[in-house]
Amino acid sequence: MKRLKDSFRDIARYPSAIIGMIIVLALFAFSFYTMWKIPYHEAIKMWRASESIVYKNPKNARPTWVNWFRKDKLPVSVDVIAGEDDDFTKVSEPRASGGNSIEFVYSFDYDYNELPQDFFLYFTSNYQSKNPFVSMTLLTPSGEDIKIADIGITKNQNYRFEQDEKLRTRLNRLHKGNEPSTAMQGLLSKLGSDPFEIDKGTYKLTIQATTFEEGSDVDVELIMHGKVFGFFGTDHLRRDLKVAMMWGAPIALAFGLTAALGSAIITMFISAIGTWFGGWLDELIQRITEVNMVLPYFAILIMVGTFYSRSIWTLLLVTIILNMFSASIKSQRAIFLQVKESTYIEAAIAYGASDLRVVTRYMIPRVIPMIIPGLVSAVPSYVFLEASLALLGLGDPSIPTWGKVINDARTVGAQYQGMYYWILEPAVLLMITGFGFALLGFALDRIFNPRLRGM
Amino acid sequence: MTTEKKNISLESTVEYSKQASRATAKRLIRFFIRRLILLMITIVVGVYITIIVANMGGYVDTILKSAIREEVNMQVAEMSAKSNIPESERRELIESMIEEREKIAGLDQPFIRRSFTHLKNALTLNFGRARFMISDHGSRMVRNIILERLPATLLLMGTSQLLLFAISLFLALVVSRHYGSFWDKLIVTLSPTSSIPPWFYGIFLILIFAAWLKVLPFGGMVAAPPPPTKIGYFLSVLKHMILPAFSLFISSFMISTYSWRTFFLIYSSEDYVDMAKAKGLGSRAIERRYILRPTLPNIITSFALMLVGIWTGATLTETVFLWPGLGTIIYEAVSRYDTAVIVGTTIIQAYLLGITVFLLDFLYAIVDPRVKLGGGK
Repeated sequence: MKRLKDSFRDIARYPSAIIGMIIVLALFAFSFYTMWKIPYHEAIKMWRASESIVYKNPKNARPTWVNWFRKDKLPVSVDVIAGEDDDFTKVSEPRASGGNSIEFVYSFDYDYNELPQDFFLYFTSNYQSKNPFVSMTLLTPSGEDIKIADIGITKNQNYRFEQDEKLRTRLNRLHKGNEPSTAMQGLLSKLGSDPFEIDKGTYKLTIQATTFEEGSDVDVELIMHGKVFGFFGTDHLRRDLKVAMMWGAPIALAFGLTAALGSAIITMFISAIGTWFGGWLDELIQRITEVNMVLPYFAILIMVGTFYSRSIWTLLLVTIILNMFSASIKSQRAIFLQVKESTYIEAAIAYGASDLRVVTRYMIPRVIPMIIPGLVSAVPSYVFLEASLALLGLGDPSIPTWGKVINDARTVGAQYQGMYYWILEPAVLLMITGFGFALLGFALDRIFNPRLRGM
Repeated sequence: MTTEKKNISLESTVEYSKQASRATAKRLIRFFIRRLILLMITIVVGVYITIIVANMGGYVDTILKSAIREEVNMQVAEMSAKSNIPESERRELIESMIEEREKIAGLDQPFIRRSFTHLKNALTLNFGRARFMISDHGSRMVRNIILERLPATLLLMGTSQLLLFAISLFLALVVSRHYGSFWDKLIVTLSPTSSIPPWFYGIFLILIFAAWLKVLPFGGMVAAPPPPTKIGYFLSVLKHMILPAFSLFISSFMISTYSWRTFFLIYSSEDYVDMAKAKGLGSRAIERRYILRPTLPNIITSFALMLVGIWTGATLTETVFLWPGLGTIIYEAVSRYDTAVIVGTTIIQAYLLGITVFLLDFLYAIVDPRVKLGGGK
């Protein structure tokens, strides 16, 4: 107990150790928060990107924090349901001939210099046989009243502004020969402006719905696909990067820690047993270690990934197996050889301790403080190993990891298209993880390694 | 009288030292032969394990089988080009020829026997034919594909590693002379930056210098089209090499400076260094004779280990920068599922690692007088 306290006091003397510790603890907290906030199966479902989940997300939208650094703000994505938002009102009146007349009014300010990707309206309605009818108009800041569409709607109907050919023709006519390239440009630009100039100010979208049956009702959700979305942005499949950024943490930690701990502990046992029994066993272990040194570790992992399985757990197992006979066996062996000669081991043999007891009680505890720094410093290398494999396209297909996001971004060519956030986010998270463990490991090395003390 | 005696004793000393040096040379040779044999066995075992891993799903068998099939198909097509052998007969001929060839290649034998056939092929760098990939000279032999790309890797690795070695060693010496100074502390503080692999720095460097500042190319080895003059070509390669070499350099720079500085500090606190200082030797002489000399084996070890470790880093750094070396081959082979190339590169890497380890042993024995040669009784 006192030793533990002393170790903590030692750690507290090094500011880098404290920073490292804080980062590592924060990562753990973040991981647990993620597992609680987005349960595993839900994350997997969200990452598979079925249409029903991602329809609300724009494609390749930058994260909202991009706007903090821009003078020229990008349009933020909007998702509002009529009646649930102060800006989107719903007023329903019964009609004399049965049914209701419902008016939805959505007023919004548009002060951006860039156009949004698209507007969507998702209508839901209930009726027996006669479809409700809606007509939409948009009142622009300059006072133009643009008719958008008159359509009959089904129980689940969506309306995409960009896909309405009639709207396009109408906008072309309104802009008098100067044809807008998208419906968004036509709708949000000043009429007659050339080149197109965005009409900034308050817009009012009016949706007039008419139902023809008693108790028939209509609801509407408006979605604007802007150019920024959420804190993490989205990728080319409209997936919210939040899922991968958050779930990357627990996966990276699990992979890194299991690989580092697993291989370190097994290595320790192998060298202890080899040294204790000596003879041919020791010789064999030495030779295996040498063979292991010439095995192309990463290439074998690539082979396993391509030929057998891309499951992250298979790769973890192979990683541990390939690291079991690492070069550290040699340095540990030197220590064990010293320990083997010490008098307390002689005493243990004298009282009749079994081989197993000597190895686990008297030999192993001597090297534990020595392997801890190396173990902590090894975590980043395993975290990056997983990312490296993912970068080669050998990531686990079902699990969202940071490395896979970088791979996706590079495959799509994000670096050529200016979508830097897509690479930067996972890269920064990976870097923080690497730094945290490395800082801690370095400090521990200096604490546990008396020769390095004060250096 | 006395001079005679002296002469005799001198002669015997010379004789003795001659004998000793001959014995040392003999021991040296014996040592290297022993190491060489041991290392060759190690490499053979390493390659064998690689093959077993690769062939667990019968992949190496498939490579060999498809090579035979193709060869036979071509032969039969050539043979029957001038004669009108009916289709069915030709097919029969092909099948029977394939069967025969497979028998000769030993593919009908049990797994153990087969694995030794594969081992022999691998050790003689006979990796068969690639399924899809073609070397720049149009060859489909895996060996040619790999050997063609090797110079690019060696150029990149050689440049970056030698620079790294020289600069960080020099800096470590300077910093260790000013222990506790700002720069010393900076090196210690920044040493964890080396936990990040080179390809990762590469991504950042690409974003900064290629995408944002647009001053250096995104990747590749030479501009397309390549400059016609030799100097232009050289400059173009140099320009393309800056970012990948720098990312390989930067990712190991801090840690190697740090660890060498620490070595130097440990060795400069030895008693004999204090003794040399007391004798009034100059700081340069102390550094050269009392600090650098005993740390030389350590320096060489870390240099060689870095070389060993770098084959991994190079795979991805090359991929990230589209550098046409060994690493890019692996990436291409993985994405096109070209099994023969994957197995071939893996075995080449086992070879390269083995050679590195051997060179390390060799250098170690030369620079470290404490290494007992040939068991040295």
